Amino acid sequence: MNAYKPKSIRQTFGNLPDFHNLGVVTRVLLAANFAGLIAALLRSADLREVVEQFARIATTLEPSLLAALVCLHALDRWLRRLGYLPGLGIVMLVAAALAAGVAAALKELGLGQADAAWSAGYALLLCAMLAVYFSLRERAFSPALAEARLQALQARIRPHFLFNSINAVLSLLRRDPRRAETALEDMAELFRSVMTDSRDLVTLDEELTLTRRYLDLEHLRLGDRLMVAWSVDPLCGPALLPPMLLQPLVENAVYHGIEPGTEPGRIEISVRRAGDQLRLELFNPYWPEHQHRQGNRMALANIGERLALHFDVEASLETSIVENRFRILISLPWRTVGQGKS
Amino acid sequence: MSGPLRILLVDDEAPARARLRELLADCSAEVPSHVVGEAASGVQALSLIPDCQAQLALVDIHMPGMSGIEFARHLQVLEHPPGVIFVTAHDQYAVQAFEVNAIDYLLKPVRRARLAAALGKFAAGGGPEREQLARADPGPRRFFSSAERGRVHLIPVQEVLFLKAELKYVTVRTRQREFLIEDSLSQIEQESGGRFVRVHRNCLVAADFIRGAKRTQAGADDEEGGQWAVLLEGYPEAIPVSRRQWSVIKPMVKR
Repeated sequence: MNAYKPKSIRQTFGNLPDFHNLGVVTRVLLAANFAGLIAALLRSADLREVVEQFARIATTLEPSLLAALVCLHALDRWLRRLGYLPGLGIVMLVAAALAAGVAAALKELGLGQADAAWSAGYALLLCAMLAVYFSLRERAFSPALAEARLQALQARIRPHFLFNSINAVLSLLRRDPRRAETALEDMAELFRSVMTDSRDLVTLDEELTLTRRYLDLEHLRLGDRLMVAWSVDPLCGPALLPPMLLQPLVENAVYHGIEPGTEPGRIEISVRRAGDQLRLELFNPYWPEHQHRQGNRMALANIGERLALHFDVEASLETSIVENRFRILISLPWRTVGQGKS
Repeated sequence: MSGPLRILLVDDEAPARARLRELLADCSAEVPSHVVGEAASGVQALSLIPDCQAQLALVDIHMPGMSGIEFARHLQVLEHPPGVIFVTAHDQYAVQAFEVNAIDYLLKPVRRARLAAALGKFAAGGGPEREQLARADPGPRRFFSSAERGRVHLIPVQEVLFLKAELKYVTVRTRQREFLIEDSLSQIEQESGGRFVRVHRNCLVAADFIRGAKRTQAGADDEEGGQWAVLLEGYPEAIPVSRRQWSVIKPMVKR
């Protein structure tokens, strides 16, 4: 889920949750308030008292919870560098200190009666429970990640493309050995990327280079039938995205948009930044009678799943049909190499 | 026939055709051959057939517009169709169907020895038969085909108004004219996946072209008696519907 951690620690304890992630923040808020509600239920005899108790708990809980989330949001990158256990220690320390501080301040102002030590204790308990929850959740998703990777491996390089490309290279060997060499090098690079661990993010520039290599290979066999229009904002070059995100989409566009047509067809690829989002948009000709060709849904579902694993709810994939063209729009959080996340 | 084997290459990818040319040259010592034509699609290949006098076509399966298998089926309407050897990079369904129906095929990239063996086998025994091809075709077809003076004439399926069985042949009617084909009505009905519906024992109409229905015989009462006929867009005559089929056709008629 993040690209900055040494592998050994990741393998023993997993990662601290990403405090910049909306999904994580939402889960923490929900869990804390739910715990507050349970506490209120345990302390009260009837329903009216529950509301009263919860309001009392909330006066301490909400300010300290929000303050803790803001602090952790700010400290996120630093915590990440510390590693899991020291990081978790700091998180608990921050939560306990803030809870105690808020409780003491409220008592001083006469707004609450919560005891500082007890509040700190509750905060620690809550932190421990959340830590267990997040580590279980990550463990539950990890096999899925491996499986998704495996599935992706199968979906990404279609045997159809592989054998036709090898055949095209064979046809070049005698006539144009230099071009054949280049084509083989392109293939090697493509396969290297396919076989790389897909956890770590790559820059858009790297992904674009790979996609262009792939398109060179397709040009070799499809010739003029394949037209590609690029519109890439050069400022997006250092943006980070999961590897093999664009290439399979373009491969899909060639397979479903270009190959079924006897006339030349055009694929349009645009990449731009919109606020704190990176947007990838792809158009290809749409052939309704070819929808029975298998693989399209699988490739798209696969990419959707990987986006979810990387970015939770902050990334999205939409498809639509616009004027006889198939359109895919992907939005993901804007991240770059230097700044990590911002 | 003597002399080198006259071969037509059909593949939408130019490098694939170039590769086959090289391989044919490589195995010319064992099986002398001569490439008499190249086509990038099935439609183009059919237009070349009578003039190039090919004896054998090497045909890719996965092509835009018309699959290699459909191309081979259209060839069969000719009196002396050239033989066919299929070539495919990866199409597990087609390959399975070929295995089941004992149709010879080559896998891309093609090996020289394998190509020579297939050519030798063809010289000894000829290509696949009409029925074998029909069974191996996953369909749906894009065209009907009709032989006209040694040429294959193609009729796009979406232009067909109705098909009628008459004695030995089936007549295909489009807005412009009619053609004779050799397929059977029941096979066409099955393959078409609902495009053509049966209105009578000897007639299928294109469901998309049905525009209405009229009574041709005043029936005694509304329910039982009376003979109905469907009206098709762009065709002046009404097509009679049998009593038995009227219940199927009735919901399709927009009133």
